[in-house]
Amino acid sequence: MNPGADTLVVTLDRLAHGRTGDKGNRSNISVIAWREEFWPVLVAQVTEDKVAQLFASRHPSRVQRYLLAQLQSMNFVIDDVLDGGVNSALNLDSHGKSFSFMLMSLLVEIPKAWKDRLAGPQ
Amino acid sequence: MSEFHNPSLPLRIGCGAGFSGDRTDAASPVVHDLVDGLRTMGGSAVLIFETLAERTLALAQLARVADPLAGYEPLLLAYLRPVLANCLLHGIRIVSNFGAANPVAAAQAIAELAHSLNLRVPRIAVVSGDDVRSHPEVLSLARSLPRPVVSANAYLGAQAIAQALNAGADIVVCGRVADPSLTLGPALAHFGWALDDWDALAGATMAGHLLECGAQVTGGYYADPGFKDLPDLAHVGFPIARIEADGSCILSKPLGTGGRIDSHTVKEQLLYEIDNPAAYMTPDVVADITAARVTEMGPDCVRLSGVQGHPRPTHLKVNLCHQNGWLAEAEISYAGPRAEGRARLAADILRERLPLLKSRVDLIGVSSIWADDAGAMLAALPDTGHTDVRLRIAASHEDKAVAEQLLREVNALYTCGPAGGGGVRTGLRPRLGLVSCLLPQASVPSRFDMWQPAAIGETV
Repeated sequence: MNPGADTLVVTLDRLAHGRTGDKGNRSNISVIAWREEFWPVLVAQVTEDKVAQLFASRHPSRVQRYLLAQLQSMNFVIDDVLDGGVNSALNLDSHGKSFSFMLMSLLVEIPKAWKDRLAGPQ
Repeated sequence: MSEFHNPSLPLRIGCGAGFSGDRTDAASPVVHDLVDGLRTMGGSAVLIFETLAERTLALAQLARVADPLAGYEPLLLAYLRPVLANCLLHGIRIVSNFGAANPVAAAQAIAELAHSLNLRVPRIAVVSGDDVRSHPEVLSLARSLPRPVVSANAYLGAQAIAQALNAGADIVVCGRVADPSLTLGPALAHFGWALDDWDALAGATMAGHLLECGAQVTGGYYADPGFKDLPDLAHVGFPIARIEADGSCILSKPLGTGGRIDSHTVKEQLLYEIDNPAAYMTPDVVADITAARVTEMGPDCVRLSGVQGHPRPTHLKVNLCHQNGWLAEAEISYAGPRAEGRARLAADILRERLPLLKSRVDLIGVSSIWADDAGAMLAALPDTGHTDVRLRIAASHEDKAVAEQLLREVNALYTCGPAGGGGVRTGLRPRLGLVSCLLPQASVPSRFDMWQPAAIGETV
């Protein structure tokens, strides 16, 4: 991603936080905006396609995004990404508990003016 | 004891454990807070323990097969011993799924605990109906599976819990019930809601969803230094929800405990293990959080309101667990110059020696959990010269002897593998497979019975 003159590229964890849950072979990951003004940028840039690309190595069969505007939160439901789920996975993280941090590594382009409002060390 | 049904007075529900294996000292501060609330506000108070995950019940069923008096939550007495006296003294009801595969034996163990602590004899209700192994549709599904079924349990709803509380139970012992039903049951009994008051049922269900994972709503599983800082997770406080007559709730935690409740810790838990936020399915109601509001009322005090409800599903979810072969895992470490290269060589040797096993290899220190089973991601990564790498290999197979070969081959790396490998650990465990199905609610009746000591010999 090449930032423009007035923009900045940051990882998603500067704008939002989230947690992973699992049911069977399906993972769900929340993305919760730290500030209200971040919400439209998240909606525009944290898309089903981007998330599918990010998780490509785990071969998701479907990525679905649900928006909760009132809570400035979104919920990603990712199918068939847990190698069969907690009962059949060979992966150490059979629940996919760590996935929220994979999602938080997504790159997002933001206005430079937000520099001082981001989560994490300034 | 005062009447539990008392809609004009507060209902406060605290959580003492959020999974099987949770801290056993978390419930005491919750109970002290509930006692303070009863003194100042009156009303009703409940302590819940949620200790059943998808697999826990099948493991409990295996334990019961080995010992007819086992099969309930192994930490049951450790959870109850610190709080049982206060709960019985102050009329704090206890509701839990810690009965697992053997609620009757759990009831007996609780009665014996009360006796050993010189407490009054508790009225213990046992909820049954979740074990559907003999249901015709389950039998038919079981016959289609290649391996024997260990357990088949329906996720029951809140109604039998509410009936047991109304009948005066001090303690309600359940097996499989939907996690939020542990909270909705007491709310139904306290407020006397109609069973189709969908918004109220959905509100209390989501209150239960916030409570059911214990500290996950009070700052547990949340901290990320520099980004999400929290005080004193070593003593994180477990949550208490005050349920209102409309189903909304106000979350707090005991004074002096660690962690934090704010809108962000609540939103993380609100969305935890949610699929479509407009249709969170439980046996009691379909909850819709798309119009929900999360409002900070003060320090460590957050209100959840605006949850909407839709009619309950016609069917109950059922999980069948079946035997599923063996999981073999083994590890060995390489450190110092060219450690990663030696670990990668060890992985190549293992794959060549184990042609019958479809194995997964991780190089802990390089990539431990995000790679694919087939190893494509790891193979695409160049050797980056890590100097402390632990090779882990895992495979499952229905034949124990074949699975065991993996353990032996990792051990053999000591003398036949790359230089300097050390710290071999191996493990072999039976696996359980999980299949889900739906059964019509009407075909899975649930009920409660007050536990009687005389009944033990017949029913255990």
